[in-house]
Amino acid sequence: MLTPILIVVAMGFVAAAILTIASKVFFVPVDETFALLRAELPGANCGACGYAGCDDYANALTEDHSLSCSKCPVGGAEVADKLAAVLGVESGSADKQVAMVMCNGTKEAAKTIMEYDGIKTCAAAKQFFGGLSACPYGCIGLGDCEAACDFDAIHICDGVAVVNRDNCVGCGVCAKTCPNAVIKIQSAKNLVVVQCKSEAKGAVTRKACSNGCIGCKKCEKACKFDAITVENNVARIDPEKCKNCGLCAKECPTGAINNMRVKKAPAKPAAPKAEAAKEA
Amino acid sequence: MLIVTTVMSMILVNNYVLAQFLGICPFLGVSKKLDSAVGMGVAVIFVMVLATIATWPIMKLLNSFEIGYLQTVVFILVIAALVQLIEMMMKKYIPSLHKALGVYLPLITTNCAVLGVCISNIDAGYGYVLSIFNAAGAGIGFLLAMVLFAGVRGKLENEDGVPYAFRGVPLTLITAAMLSLGFMGFSGLFQ
Repeated sequence: MLTPILIVVAMGFVAAAILTIASKVFFVPVDETFALLRAELPGANCGACGYAGCDDYANALTEDHSLSCSKCPVGGAEVADKLAAVLGVESGSADKQVAMVMCNGTKEAAKTIMEYDGIKTCAAAKQFFGGLSACPYGCIGLGDCEAACDFDAIHICDGVAVVNRDNCVGCGVCAKTCPNAVIKIQSAKNLVVVQCKSEAKGAVTRKACSNGCIGCKKCEKACKFDAITVENNVARIDPEKCKNCGLCAKECPTGAINNMRVKKAPAKPAAPKAEAAKEA
Repeated sequence: MLIVTTVMSMILVNNYVLAQFLGICPFLGVSKKLDSAVGMGVAVIFVMVLATIATWPIMKLLNSFEIGYLQTVVFILVIAALVQLIEMMMKKYIPSLHKALGVYLPLITTNCAVLGVCISNIDAGYGYVLSIFNAAGAGIGFLLAMVLFAGVRGKLENEDGVPYAFRGVPLTLITAAMLSLGFMGFSGLFQ
């Protein structure tokens, strides 16, 4: 009875001893910079930097010091500076990126075409005639993005997804999840946005949603910086040229353009709006 | 002659993956790209041979104490320790191969084909030398299956004509079944 126990225990010890000796004999020094870099990275492993997790990014940085330190949108400028300090290089300017929902089709604004009673995900709802909303381009509002977000940064308020810009790290998971591709990742500096992506003709859009862009080109004329173009019946703001003046938002007859420097849209939670205003 | 027929039979007739259905996990998991499939296959040959070299004498030891029933537990222990040891050595001396094999080398620890070859060598009553050749043959058979399957999958990935419902895993499983059916044709080739 005792022999088998003793033999297996002995074998375990022999294996452990061999492995311990081997780990000393075959010890490979790990690059110290890797450990330091890895410690600075947030460890969200979201892959937004373009590498397979934080380990991989730290590894790539260790091997190639000329690589940009500012690829981590979760850590933002703070982490970029720390990484640069470890490597002893200048950090590139880390532009904070946030998700932007290009739809303002709230419950009272957007008309619905059905009483949807199926599986409560946008992807499922989209199978039925492009979703429950009369507008096939807009936010379906069943919260696939909310479920996908690791940072509690996007929520469905009043039937439309709203980004909490404080929590958002710009990883882009929501944008990939959204079956209608309503979410766009852009610089947090851009505070004036067209919250509509309906490419239907003006009259059609107006019928479906009172907040939609009807392609009237008033904003295009109002913009002093030549930043707005209307293409396919929807206005588009060039983030490079836009100065956040908000003239277009004032001109817009339907309220499709949202100026986040002004507190007005009730669908937006109050806190991030105040923060956005402060930043501006 | 016996050695040649044993090795050939392990490669074609009793192929571990396609005829005995052992080691299916890496067969499906690592066969997306040809180079990683080859890496995994080579690693499996290596580990199978070494595991047989290590476990065959241990089985003699167990039998001498009449505790052959501990075979499975002890073999798993030995194989796990062995793979760890190989990984350390590889990291030190062949870092490029270590990087290429990456996560697959530790995964071999739990590969049932490796444990299977060790146990079947004992069960078949092979001698030490024949056991080692049998393990090498099993490993080469695994490599062959991996390479064939990776080649087929590489072609299928690029094809747009695949019906939507069949893309990805379903087609992979169907392909594996057909490859296995194809290998049925070899049965009876060697005793």
